[in-house]
Amino acid sequence: MKMRYDVVVLGGGAAGMGAVKGAKDLGASVLLIEREPFTGGVLNQCIHTGFGLQVFKMELTGPEYHEFYRNKIGKFDALYETMVLNIDFDENKIKAMNSEGIHEIEYGALVLATGARERPFEALRVPGTRPAGIFTAGLAQKFVNLENHLPGHRAVIIGSGDIGMIMARRLFLEGVKIEGVYEIMPYPGGLTRNVAQCLEDFNIPLHLSTSVVKIHGKRRLEGVTVAKFENNSPVEGSERFIECDTLVASVGLIPENDLVKGKIEIGPDEGIFVDDLMRTNYENVFACGNNVCIHDLVDFTTTEGEVAGRNAAMVAKGESLPPRAGIIIAGSGIRILSIHYTTATEPFKLYVRVDKPMEIATVNVNDKPVKAAVNARPSEMIELTLNPQKIDLKGKIIVSAKGVKK
Amino acid sequence: MRIAIIGAGVVGSLIARELTKYEAEIEIFEKYPDVGWGVTKANSGVIHAGYDDEPGTVRSKYCTHGNSLYTKLSYELGFPIKRTGSLVAAFDDEEVKVLEKLLDYGKKNGVEGLKILDKYESLEKEPNLSKMVIASLWAPSTGIIGPWEVAQAAIENAIDNGAKIHLSTEVKGIKKANKKVLVEVDDRDYEFDFVVNASGLWADVLAESAGVKVTPLHPRKGEYILLDQSDLVRTVVFPVPSKAGKGILVLPTIHNTTLLGPTSEDLPPDWRDRNETTAEGIRKIIENTKKLVPSINLSKSIRTFAGLRPENDLKDFVVVKEENMVNVVATRSPGLTSAPAMAEDIANWIVGLRSLKLNKNFNPYRKPIPRPYEMEDEEKEKLIRENPAFGRVICRCNKVTEGEVIEAIKRGARTLDGVKLRTTAMFGRCQGSFCTVNIMKIIKRETGMDFEDIEKNLPSSKVVDGVLR
Repeated sequence: MKMRYDVVVLGGGAAGMGAVKGAKDLGASVLLIEREPFTGGVLNQCIHTGFGLQVFKMELTGPEYHEFYRNKIGKFDALYETMVLNIDFDENKIKAMNSEGIHEIEYGALVLATGARERPFEALRVPGTRPAGIFTAGLAQKFVNLENHLPGHRAVIIGSGDIGMIMARRLFLEGVKIEGVYEIMPYPGGLTRNVAQCLEDFNIPLHLSTSVVKIHGKRRLEGVTVAKFENNSPVEGSERFIECDTLVASVGLIPENDLVKGKIEIGPDEGIFVDDLMRTNYENVFACGNNVCIHDLVDFTTTEGEVAGRNAAMVAKGESLPPRAGIIIAGSGIRILSIHYTTATEPFKLYVRVDKPMEIATVNVNDKPVKAAVNARPSEMIELTLNPQKIDLKGKIIVSAKGVKK
Repeated sequence: MRIAIIGAGVVGSLIARELTKYEAEIEIFEKYPDVGWGVTKANSGVIHAGYDDEPGTVRSKYCTHGNSLYTKLSYELGFPIKRTGSLVAAFDDEEVKVLEKLLDYGKKNGVEGLKILDKYESLEKEPNLSKMVIASLWAPSTGIIGPWEVAQAAIENAIDNGAKIHLSTEVKGIKKANKKVLVEVDDRDYEFDFVVNASGLWADVLAESAGVKVTPLHPRKGEYILLDQSDLVRTVVFPVPSKAGKGILVLPTIHNTTLLGPTSEDLPPDWRDRNETTAEGIRKIIENTKKLVPSINLSKSIRTFAGLRPENDLKDFVVVKEENMVNVVATRSPGLTSAPAMAEDIANWIVGLRSLKLNKNFNPYRKPIPRPYEMEDEEKEKLIRENPAFGRVICRCNKVTEGEVIEAIKRGARTLDGVKLRTTAMFGRCQGSFCTVNIMKIIKRETGMDFEDIEKNLPSSKVVDGVLR
């Protein structure tokens, strides 16, 4: 089948839904392409609360957040259970496949909102056997929250990312014995509020600078050996065996951009490089959400999606958007930037992560302090509003952070 | 004439398929729940050219011929093979001398197209090869395959031609009785006229149970790292071989990933199930392969694994032919490459010995599981019209459709690994974190198994355990 839309959005998660709304609000014809039979993405399995605080000033569960937001959008066209096979960025055409065959879709503008995937435990190259009973946190969450099945009865959590901590609490509440959360870094990988609400409130121990060094069990997991880590290496003599039948790994998310590799500019962390209009290196291709940069809160991905959707609608209608005027570079103390270019026209939000915990972090733009953040941690993004009226955002812009003691 | 084949690895399955070309009752015994899960799953998937094997060895007799037979086999049995060619990279003058020796072996073994390349020709063939290379041996006939796919295809075709398979059935011993041979399994003995012992790591033990003396086996462990990268190397890159074997390689796989390995560690004879990876092994792989291809990016790792291969002190295959039994022992490297030639040779010998008649109904062809992702659009459309399940992608990393998963189940997959090794679902960069649940739902729907009955691979390897409420 052949179709044409002003704006095509790839991915119906929190960011993609934002893009659909953004584009629709400006009167564009919109098509959503989604791999699953429904919208919402990972929100569907996140039955815990904590969503919506920033944008809607309400504390919602994942499914509630999705429903609440979806109801604001109204009707739109969508292809479900559909896989994009190929994008021709020069001809503005997408080839997609579903159970009805191959579809060719022409777009005026395109929004990439393909999210992220979990880094699998197997990627860590941990020695030992390869038994059943090893899950990514997201997979364990899907079994428990959507399929009504327990992964096992005695679990260790490897990595203290947000989903890892949330799953520690979730499994604990379902009667699984949690042997502890083990984090290789000297600080937690997820939000401070999750350390308090998911671990401390349930007396689940968090072991920092500790991780797994060996897997035991031939068929189903029988235990793991953990050890203290210093400078990324296990400390000899610190090994300890823990009996368990389940390992839940929360060891990072990777932006999912396989489809556009080689065409769209992607950074070393695999995120798409965009400007403050959420525009990629193609003037009619935009990106938003976790395929741009791994966010700490879902609210920000929806906001980003709306920006991407609105700008996509404008381009599709023939309006020309301002060109890039500046390049943003992560300087010392900064690990990740959400945006890498600027048009230096309107004020915009930039999210950054520091590279280590800092009691007070001073964030500088070209050596001028723009924000001080108390208790800055790599796991939590710092939101900056950059205004080109107040600060020169043309040319090379270096964002850096410096830690100051209280 | 009743013939038992012990072991559904590449060797056993190809012998079984070869024998179904004749009038005989073939029964295959496999201790695992699926085929190709032993030694077959535990190697690099390289179809070697045949220059490594000292002329006069049993290996040299089978390797080059086996390599050439793969082209026809791949066509008939519908498994993919890619002739990538290979380079043995030399980094000093001593190593160049080894290349010359290999070239000489190759010529004597009948390997075609071998050539020693200089530094620049080597780098032209393999741009990511270390710039320190001074010469290399180019072998155009080297290929890559998915070894377990050969066993799956051969068994499917053998069954189609009348063979029978007993899965999850471990043979405890073989006894000769009058003119017959008894195959002993847990609950009963099966009587046969002839037995083929192709039991891989346990071939010496089973041979001895029948009173046949062979050089004992020990396991040799090979550890690997799998990278989510399809463009790191174009060819199979070897270091120059040493006493320990062909060395640690860098190679593209038929499934669009890159494989680093194997290590080569001789284990005690009774460690035939100790296939765990080690910190030392992983360190060794990284150190060695970075010398060959410095741009290896380990952040692309998606899995490490290890396999055990049968080794003996002769470092050569041993084929012991008896009146009503043949033992294929020590199918070490290049066992995978040699398997088609060994199968042909051994089957022909049995056919002559027992004057078997041709099976006029033999169908040499086996249809592979359709793979929409690799088809032209028109072909895709046609397939989806016939069966819409081939339009629904289940595994996003490797673009495997629901139709392929259903077809894998129809062909015998009952475990996650069974589906994985037939379709490549769960085999990609996310290692199944997205699609495992959907695949289990399809298995449940197609077979009636509950989630809790579904296993990763072996019995007692269940994926989930218990329900919430």
